[in-house]
Order: sequence, then C-alpha cells, then structure tokens
Amino acid sequence: MLGTRTQLRRDVLGYMFIAPWLVGFIVFTAGPMVGLVYLAFTRYPVLSPPTFNGLDNLDRMLGDRFFTISLWNTAYFTFLGVPAQVVWALMLALLLNMRVYGVNIFRTLYYLPTIIPGVASVFLWMYIFNPDYGLANYILSFFGIPGQAWLWDPELSKPSLIIMELWRVGTMMVVFLAGLQGVPQSLYDAAAIDGAGRIAQFRHVTVPMITPLIFFNLVVGIISSFQIFTAAYIATQGGPVHTTLFYVLFVYRHAFENLRMGYASLLAWVLFFIILVFTLVQFRMARIWVFYEVD
Amino acid sequence: MGVLRGGLRPFSSALASNTVRYALLILGGVICFIPLGWMLSTSLKMPGTEFIFPPNLIPRPVVWSNYIDAVTRPGHPFFLYTRNSVVITLTATLGTVLTSSFVAFGFARIRFRGRDFWFIVLLSTLMLPDVVRLIPSFILFRILGWIDTLLPLIVPFWFGVNAFYVFLIRQYFRTIPLELDEAALMDGATYVRIYWQVVLPISGPVLGAVTIFSVLSHWNDFLGSLIYTNSVDLRTLALGLRFFMSRTGTDWNQLMAASILMLAPILALFFSMQRYFIRGIHMTGFGGR
Repeated sequence: MLGTRTQLRRDVLGYMFIAPWLVGFIVFTAGPMVGLVYLAFTRYPVLSPPTFNGLDNLDRMLGDRFFTISLWNTAYFTFLGVPAQVVWALMLALLLNMRVYGVNIFRTLYYLPTIIPGVASVFLWMYIFNPDYGLANYILSFFGIPGQAWLWDPELSKPSLIIMELWRVGTMMVVFLAGLQGVPQSLYDAAAIDGAGRIAQFRHVTVPMITPLIFFNLVVGIISSFQIFTAAYIATQGGPVHTTLFYVLFVYRHAFENLRMGYASLLAWVLFFIILVFTLVQFRMARIWVFYEVD
Repeated sequence: MGVLRGGLRPFSSALASNTVRYALLILGGVICFIPLGWMLSTSLKMPGTEFIFPPNLIPRPVVWSNYIDAVTRPGHPFFLYTRNSVVITLTATLGTVLTSSFVAFGFARIRFRGRDFWFIVLLSTLMLPDVVRLIPSFILFRILGWIDTLLPLIVPFWFGVNAFYVFLIRQYFRTIPLELDEAALMDGATYVRIYWQVVLPISGPVLGAVTIFSVLSHWNDFLGSLIYTNSVDLRTLALGLRFFMSRTGTDWNQLMAASILMLAPILALFFSMQRYFIRGIHMTGFGGR
C-alpha cells in the first residue's frame, strides 16, 4: 500500500501534467458546449446580446425547407460517397500491397493528392470540371460522351464532389495498407492448402481480417463527410439550385452571414446528435460483422 | 497483393503476372497523378492558352511568368499571406507538440486519482464535430477581443485542444519501460526532468508524426482563418488563394501557380519525413491488425 502522502503527491503531479489540457478542455470545449445549449434557446444577432426565445428556433427549424434540403444533400453525399471511398481506398491498398520492386514509389505517388491543401484541390477540380475547357469533358470526348456541366449541373453537382473526394482517400488507403500487411502469411498458406483460390482467399481471409479497418474507415469517413464545407463554399456556393447546400454550409450561413447565432447553435446541436446516433448505430452493427481477433 | 501471394508458380507465369501488377500500379498512378500534373501544366501555360479546347497537356510554350504574376498581384500581398501561414503553422505546431506530450506524460506515466475518468473524457472529445465548437468558440473569442487577430488560430493549440495527438503520444509513452522513470527518481530527478530529459529524447517517431499531422492541418486550414480573420493583412495562404477567383473571371494560370507554391513546402516536408508519417499512421493502433 502506498502512503497517503505519496498518493497525494502523485495526484498533485498528475494534475499538474494534465493541467494544460484540462484548462483547454474547460475553456475551449466544455464551457462553449454549455453556452451552445443556452444559445440554442435564444435569439442572438451577435451585435446585441442574446435574448431567450424558448422553442422558437426549434419551431423555425422544423418548418425550414432548407434544413431538410441540406440534410438530404449531406446524406446523399455521405452515404454514396463514403462507401465509394472505402472501396476505392481498399483497391488502391491492395495494389500497393503487391510485392514488386519499386512499390514504395507508387505508395508515395498514391498518397500525394491527400496532402494537397483542400482549397487548392477545390480550385483544381473546378478547373478540371469546367464545362467549356475542362479536362473532364476532354476525357469524356475520348469515349464519345458529350461534355457535361458537372458542378454546375443540378443532377451532377453532388456526384462531381464525390469524385473530387475520391481523389484524396490517402489516409484510408494507408490504414488499409497497414492492415493488409498485418494479415499473417500462414492464414493464406492454410487457405491455399484447403484449395482456396485467390478470390476465395480474398473473401475468406483478407476481408474478415481487415473488417476492423473497414469499420474504422467507415466511422471516421462518415463523421468527416457529414462536415463537408470548403468545396461547397468555394466551388458551388451551395448551388446550383441548392443541390450542394450541405449542412455545415447551411449552419455557417446562418451563423456568420445572417448573424442568427441562436438558430445556428440549435442547428449545430442537431448535427452533433445526428453524428452521435450514427456512430452509436455503427458500433452496434459492428458486433455483427466486425471480426476481432481474440488475444 | 495479399490475394496474389502464395504458391510457387512457373517462371513465365510469374513474369506475366508481374507485368499485370505493374500495369495495374501504373494505371492507378496515372489516375492519382493526372489532376496534379494538370495543375503543374496549367501553371506553366501562356496566359490565354488555358482556355483552348481540346486542352494541351504539355504547355507550349513553357512560361514562368504566372508565378511572378501570382506573387506580385496588386492588393494581394502573397508574401504576407505566406508569412501569416508560416507564423500560425510554426507556433501552433510547437504548442501542439509541447502541450500534447506534456499532458500525455501525465496520462501515461503518473498514477493519479481520476486519471482514467479524465482520459475517457479526453477520448470522448475526439468524436465532437468541429462545427459544434465553431459558434461558441467564435463568441468566446469575440468576448476576448481576439477576432481579427491570429490568436484564435494559435492559442487553443497550446492547450491540447486536439485530443487525438495527446492520445497518440500517450500510446507511445506507454511502450517505454517505467523502470526508466524509477531509476531517474532514485537519482533524484523530478518528473518534469524525466519528461524532458528521459522520455522526450527517445520519442522521436511519435513526435515526428504529430509534427507532420499538425503542420499539414494548420497549413491547409481554411475554415478557421475564414471565420476568425477579416483583414487582408491577416489572411493565410489558404484564404488568400480564394481571391484569385472573381466574378469577372478566374485567372487559372496564376491560381495554379499559387497553389503549386503553397504546396511546395509541404511536399518537401512530406518527402523528408515520410517514414515518420507512415509510422504515425501505424501508431494509431490499427497497424498490427
């Protein structure tokens, strides 16, 4: 048993070490979060102090057409985009896991797009998707497909942004690659002895072994995809006809352009709960399909 | 590829499958590289030729003037933007590395009461979407009088707001034997000295990884500077880039040249610290699975 005094000394030391984070947590996270709860029930035009208005914001939200539109856009972008990203990242990781000379060069090359600043990447893709002189239409012309308006076509605006995000799946890819390298060769050998071909090995060895990583990438991917902002803010400004009015852009406009901080606070809370629910549901579902090794 | 491993195959078939492997790798590489090559190519094209359709992939003639024009645009002080980005990135990263490692030391190596509780609190902040923090932080900084200064982009990072880094470093610190601390304590060292002189010097890999992640996120940050700064003098590169676009038209050559200039330092960093980077991702605990 430790003496009380020794333990007390440790407590003091421990809290001294975590103090910077603890202060930051209270000032920059917990405090503001509590404030946000209060603001959600107020009218707060920034330039004058907040006044309590009860459930007015909630009422407004439920009747707000753009609330529904932005939710739908975000859901569309997330539930089509993230699975596509996971599949594409896994395909790239499988390529990079091949044992050939010089594969490291390709690993670097495949990762490069991911470190490009988001803003620069958005501009680049605006230029690529340009309806008049863009590269995308040039490539389509090889296949005899007529040029598209891409980001400026209400039907194609969200798919265009999904393509844009597919280009930057490097982080998911590296996570998968690390996982693939961790699959023991002995499992493949055992499967081969049992007569499993390459495709059977992939289905029955590789996929089950990397389900924790598929799960991780899905969870992280969905959380970040729900928060898409920069691309829509810069490239399409929510258009055409609100097809890229994503949720965070919607919140941003209310908070910082229309100066409706109270309403925006409620909207921010709603997003937080949506993300929380989706994450919890995924953890629930993970019990069914994610395979963890028993240590 | 995992599925391609296993079994001995005759030489000729091995050769054929290697050709297929390279073909696939190169195809993927082309897909990844084309947009980037397009950026570079556009930045070197003579102004006016970027509107030609079908486009020329190789600029003819190659001109460098877009780079000069991009950094000397009237009303858009490129070097000032660069300086702001450098100042923010360096000071915020320094804060992140020092604070996160200091806090992580407490969580990893001192057994104090309430430690597990606070660690769970820390982990739960990882799930908090940024947008939830955005509005109340803005109001807080407004009260503090920090709007239209660089402080909101720097100060919070001296208080460990990015819990992910604390978590990452703590995981690494836990792999260092505690006997080192005990021996140092015997010799009369304080915990602060153990942190600074024993643990930090052997934690290069994780500190390197955190440094890279942090530099990238601050250098590329757009939303933060969009919200907290208004003055032209305080714009970062990420924000300044936006002003190459205007209602009257976008100067794509200059925009791409400026993008390349913004990209160059992080590319250099990426290439020089690549091994930390990959190891950092392995360190998140998903490596060995």
